[in-house]
Parts: sequence; C-alpha cells; structure tokens
Amino acid sequence: MSLLEVTALKAYYGQTQVLHGVSFALEAGGITTLLGANGAGKTTTLRSICGMVATEGAIRLDGEPIAGRATEEIVRLGVGHVPEGRGTFTHLTVDENLRVSAYTRRDKAAARRDRDMVFEYFPILKARIGQQAGTLSGGEQQMLAISRALMLRPRLLLLDEPSFGLAPLIVEEIFRIMRRVNSEAKVSLLLVEQNAALALDLADHAYVLETGRVVMSGSAADVKRDEGVRKSYLGY
Amino acid sequence: MEQLLQQVGAGLANGAIYASLALALVMIFVSTNHINFAQGEMAMFSAYIAWQFMEWGLSFWLALPLVMALSFTTGVVIERTILRPLHGAPVLSVVVVFIGLLTIFHALAGGIWTYTIKAVPSPFPEVAFPGSGYIGSHQLGMIGVTVIVLIALFTFFRFTPLGLAMRAAAQNPASARLAGISVDWMLALGWGLAAAVGAVAGCMVAPAVYLEPNMMASILLYGFAGALVGGISSPGGAVAGGFIVGVLENLIAYLGNVVERTTGLYIVGNGEKLTVALVIVIAVLTLKPSGLFGHVTVERV
Repeated sequence: MSLLEVTALKAYYGQTQVLHGVSFALEAGGITTLLGANGAGKTTTLRSICGMVATEGAIRLDGEPIAGRATEEIVRLGVGHVPEGRGTFTHLTVDENLRVSAYTRRDKAAARRDRDMVFEYFPILKARIGQQAGTLSGGEQQMLAISRALMLRPRLLLLDEPSFGLAPLIVEEIFRIMRRVNSEAKVSLLLVEQNAALALDLADHAYVLETGRVVMSGSAADVKRDEGVRKSYLGY
Repeated sequence: MEQLLQQVGAGLANGAIYASLALALVMIFVSTNHINFAQGEMAMFSAYIAWQFMEWGLSFWLALPLVMALSFTTGVVIERTILRPLHGAPVLSVVVVFIGLLTIFHALAGGIWTYTIKAVPSPFPEVAFPGSGYIGSHQLGMIGVTVIVLIALFTFFRFTPLGLAMRAAAQNPASARLAGISVDWMLALGWGLAAAVGAVAGCMVAPAVYLEPNMMASILLYGFAGALVGGISSPGGAVAGGFIVGVLENLIAYLGNVVERTTGLYIVGNGEKLTVALVIVIAVLTLKPSGLFGHVTVERV
C-alpha cells in the first residue's frame, strides 16, 4: 500500500478552482517531487494534504482517509509540513519553536532524542538556541522550519520550496540533510521545488503539474531525460 | 508630600484593577485581534456571583476561587458556542456580538440582583502596618492579589507547555496547527483565562466602589486606556500601562487641586479623571500607535 494516495483531488480558494483532479501516490521510504511552473498548483497540493484548503476527492495516508479532517489531526497522524515562507514563530526562541512542535507528543524521552537528532543535523541551531527565531538568517530559519517538522516525528514530510531565497551553499547543505532524514530517520519526503534540477537529483520519483493537473509522472531519472521537462523546467 | 504619596498609593491600587482588565483585553486581542467590549460586564457579573456566594455564607476566600472557576468555564463556553461560528466573520459582526454580550450581562445582573447598589465588605482586615497612612489595607490587598495573579499568569505562559502552545497559537495560528496544536481550543482557553482574570478584578474592586451593574463601565475604559498606553499587543506592556494610567489619573487630579489652591484657577480635578484617561488614549494613538511597549506589526501583502 502507498503511504500517501491522492485521487482526483480538486481544490478551491473561494470560487476559484486551483486543482482539477490531481492523482498521485507515493511509496513509504521514498522521495517524491512535484514540479511545475508558478501557479501550477504545487503549493495547493501540499496544503490540500494538510487540510488547509477546501478540497474534493480522496486523500489516504496509509489507507486511512484524511481528506476533510482538521489540519492538527492530520499533522498528529504523522504528516510534517514545512510551509512556504517557513512559518517560523518569530517572537519565540529557537528552543521554544522546537518545544511547540513536540507539544502533542506523549513520549517526552523520544522527543528529547529527536531534539538531539535535529541539533546533530543543524548544529547552528544549537548555538542559537536562546535567540528569538525572528533574528535568524533565512537559511537558519529554513533549518528551524525543517527541524520543527521533524520534532513531530513524521512519517511523511512535505517540503514547500526549501531552497527559496537561499544561497546555493546553504541549499546544498539543506538538501544533504534531507537525504539523511530520508535514509536515516526513515521519513518519506514530498518535495515541491522551483529548482527542478536540484529536486530531480534528490528525488526518486517525480510528478509534473500544469494548471492543476498531473501532465507527467515517472522515475526522477526518466523525467529528467524528458525533452519537454528539460526545456521547460531545467533550462537547457 | 503625604497627600501626594496617598494619591500615588490610591493610583497604584486602581492601577492594579486597570492592569488586570487590560491584561484580560490583551489576552483575547493577541489571539483574535478583537477587543472584547463585554469584558467589564463579565467581570461585574462575576463580582455579583461572588457577592451571592458570600450572602449564602461562604467566606470571600472560598468564593473567589469558585467564581474564578465559574468565570473561566463561562468564558470557554462563550467562545465555543457564540464566537466559534464567527471565526472569519467581518470585524463588525464580532463587535455587535460583543455589544450584545455586554447588554446581556448587564441586564442579567440587574434582573437577578436589581440595580440597587450593594456594599461589599473588604476581605482584608483593617490593620495598621508601616505606611498605612498612605494606603488603605484594602488598596494594598488589591495590589497584592493582582500581583499574585499576574505572576501566576506569567509563570503559566512562560514556563508550561500549554502556555507555550497558547502563545504559539496566538502568534501564528497556521503554524501552530501544523505543529498539531488545536488552535480553536487555545482561543477558548484564552477566553476562559481572560474571564477568570476579569473576575478577580471585579471581586477586588467591588468593595472599593460598591457593587452595581454599572460598576465596571468606566473601569473598562481605564483598562482599555492602560492596554493602549502599554501596547495592545504586549501583555506585559498592558499591565504596566494599567498601573501608569491609575497613577497618572490621580496625579493629574492632584496637581489640578494644587494649582487651584495656589492660583485659584481650576483646570482639572477629580471630576475630569475619566476625561484625562481618554485624552491619554487619544494622545497615545496619535503619537505612538503601538503603545509604549508594543511592537509594530508589519503585514506583507
């Protein structure tokens, strides 16, 4: 069974329909990427999975229907979401940001181990632990956003443009950590990226969205070789 | 000099009440961006219930925690049943609901307990203590109880996981949901806490001003002034603002009296205290809209 199965998903912002029947599935343990131009519906797809927009269609997590549930319930089922714009609690300290995310966890010892784990991934956060999160650099805030999501110990991690606005070196570091999160912490990833080349390097599976529909899917390697994708998204 | 200190003492005592009410207003404001105009009437109603308990033979110190618990529950229930359906409604709809709540509590209190004023005995013993020439024992008690409540709240928000979750939910509801926090329940809890803090203010002020349905009307204005002076977005600032307004209104009236005595020129006196508070509100809104301790919220559009 797929970890996440999305069938004929439609999404609306008020009267405007943004997704027109998107279907895809992702396997446990994998890294999947959603590609597409601005306005294709990538972010909306992620927001739909987390119950943040009005949707129609089926969304199943490990076979369990989650469409129509409250965001916090879906999150507690094991879906971490690193949103567009990072969603940092800017007036809380780094430490408090991490503790907020562990709030719903019963096993506090495991939460402490995960805290050590994210500090091992991102040592800079440990150095900034007492600092107000709003004073962090963009890269550090992105690291914090990923760490916050990891503190939920998710089965599935949704990442919305983790490279946005960051220096190439920082992006490289973050993507290196994402690979480790996937292989070591056994977290499946669903990645939305503007930088298609980067995303296809990391992912093992890719879907291409165009104006709210899936127009292509396949292994990352196949998608990367596709001439249309190369011209439209890879720029060569 | 002695009179001046007395005025400062009385100002601090009033300020404690304003601070409590300001804090109650701010607690709801930071998470919803609404000013609960019914906060004062809710506090007044709580004071009536405390009075009723005492009429039935309970001691004040037994009645107070009971009333706080009742007010807390009422606050949570009001949020869940009346305001919950209005999430995302235009501000004006919410304002109308607040005014409705204000009227309902006012009429209920008058209907149940009549509009005749009632004297409420002070729960604090009249004893002599160092400085008792400057401040009455009830006034000192008011300050003491308020400070304890404020410290308890501060500790709750600063050091408990639930307090942290509430702060997170107020600051960034979308992110709080993505952290698995039930933001709706946090709002309801905030309402409950605000109602409980208001209840303390109501119970503390009743012995000082007589209990009647209009008791909190002007006090709410002072509390609002305090919240604005300190910064409506800052709980600590609201508390400071409450004390500042309390002391300032007394000092200005005192200075007015001094001026009148020395020059015969009447500028301000006790009658203009409320006016002074409102002038403070307008001045702050004009000169420093975010208040003394508030922060400017920049919205990206």
